Amino acid sequence: MGAGAISGAGGDRAFSGATRLAALLVLVLMGGIIAVMAWGGRDAFATFGPHFLISNIWNPVTEKFGALAPIYGTLVTAILAMVFAVPFAFGIAVFLTEMAPKWLAQPLGIAIELLAAVPSIIFGMWGFFVIVPVMAQDIQPWLIHHLGHAPLIGAFFSGAPFGTGLFTGGLILAVMVTPFITAVMRDVFTAMPPVLKESAYGLGCTRWEVLSRIVLPYSRTAVVGGIMLGLGRALGETMAITFVIGNSTRITSPSLFAPGNTIASLVALEFPEASAGSLKLSALLALGLILMVISLITLSISRMLLRSRKTSR
Amino acid sequence: MSATTLDAVPQGIRLSVSKQQRRRHRTDRLVAALCIFATLVVLAALGSILWTLVARGLSGLTIDALSHVAAPPGQGGGLLNAIVGSLIQTALGMVIGTPIGLLAGIFLAEYGRNSPFANAVRFVSDMLLSAPSILVGLFVYLILVETLGHFSGFAGSVALAVLVIPIVVRTTEDMLRLVPVQMREAASALGARQWRVTLLICRAAKAGLATGVLLAMARTAGETAPLLFTSLGNLVWSVSLDQPMASLPLTIYQYAGSAYDDWIQLAWTASLLITVGVLAINIIARVMLRSKR
Repeated sequence: MGAGAISGAGGDRAFSGATRLAALLVLVLMGGIIAVMAWGGRDAFATFGPHFLISNIWNPVTEKFGALAPIYGTLVTAILAMVFAVPFAFGIAVFLTEMAPKWLAQPLGIAIELLAAVPSIIFGMWGFFVIVPVMAQDIQPWLIHHLGHAPLIGAFFSGAPFGTGLFTGGLILAVMVTPFITAVMRDVFTAMPPVLKESAYGLGCTRWEVLSRIVLPYSRTAVVGGIMLGLGRALGETMAITFVIGNSTRITSPSLFAPGNTIASLVALEFPEASAGSLKLSALLALGLILMVISLITLSISRMLLRSRKTSR
Repeated sequence: MSATTLDAVPQGIRLSVSKQQRRRHRTDRLVAALCIFATLVVLAALGSILWTLVARGLSGLTIDALSHVAAPPGQGGGLLNAIVGSLIQTALGMVIGTPIGLLAGIFLAEYGRNSPFANAVRFVSDMLLSAPSILVGLFVYLILVETLGHFSGFAGSVALAVLVIPIVVRTTEDMLRLVPVQMREAASALGARQWRVTLLICRAAKAGLATGVLLAMARTAGETAPLLFTSLGNLVWSVSLDQPMASLPLTIYQYAGSAYDDWIQLAWTASLLITVGVLAINIIARVMLRSKR
């Protein structure tokens, strides 16, 4: 008995040790990613200091690098993506949970989820060959004609209709992240206690009144969490953006139709021309660190909002 | 009953009530129409993507495209090395990442549970799940490519493995938690050691665990950004893990941006292949999960 018990205990220790080690590795990986980029970007931070964040220069010839344009592009495209995606995600979630009969809601739900599974480079191809021509020929000229001279917002819709640029980038991102936001909204709408909705319907509320006054207030935290999750995804998306962003390393105009860059697309496009040990590579790694920090903040907020819902139930 | 109450109130008020009623229902119908519109638009986007892939990719899907190695433009190159490279790197990425993800998931569900360490791992794993994949590429570039001095298929596989881990961790934990606690209690009561109990629970959750692995495979097979700086892509035939290695996503990226019609055609064909593959794996995973439930 003694020998069996010892080997059993040994098996227990070995197995739980292995699982613990694997769990630890997850932490090490994340720590490693951050540490390695901070280390790689130290030259850029040391050379340019805090000025790195606000400088609108990206000149590999004179070795002057600033992060303003890619940070601006990252934020603008991600925010545009949210502006487009959130109403659509809400509409789909409402349709799937409140309106569609089950035989329709199920296949449609799967179709929307499959959209999330399409590789991002396919969105890039589709955006570049299908959406960009439509943008250049129809949508952007129309917007420029009708909004280009409007007071206050006119500057955002002025300039030449290239088809590529921040606006198109935001649009493609919106198509990509809509399924993620939809999935979260659908889950929280489904998880609502039916008695709350039924009470409201019983009082004679219309569907929209139930949605806006019962469902949304009840699920507000989680809905915002889902939006932040989509935002986190949009901030770091690379391949889809790289095809349609226009690749400009400077902010040249406030127009949303102007070519731009995001941190991720700039890294993808400029990295092949950055030799090991160069200041340019260091600047790209510093940008990577900035993107990581922005993403982690966004995703942390998202997770805390989504988690607080889980524990409160 | 409401009719009699309405009859009792003066004419003017009754009118305003019904007007308000009509406005409320009009708003309701408008919102419903907008919801249907939103669903249709996003479905149309999915349809447009799939249609574009079929329309532009199918005509290039020939035996030659599948059996020839990449070649300079105009010389009848194909996708063979990209397909093989994708298979090798995805497979190796899965082989490296899956055991780590499974073990970490088991730890969260069976050992760590709600300890501070387990909560930290769960949090960080969720961050890793949605973190920009291009940064994983940068990370692996610095630790494996810059230190060894050359790009390699192995580095690409490691980058993919880093993406596999958080997906498998999440699904493993979720699936193990679905197994009834009575099963653990029964096994323990029979005197089984905890690691045997855990293996039993894993066997009970087999289908769910396999789903997670399949979803991870579908996600990584289509990833481009992590491979850009790790396996780099390769225009000549090479299956050596020590050399730069081609893959379908990288080939799409290189060919789509070129000025040659036959390369762009190959990019569409590669896009069709990778999308059909990824969506097929996704659907299989879903069917497996559903049939089990």
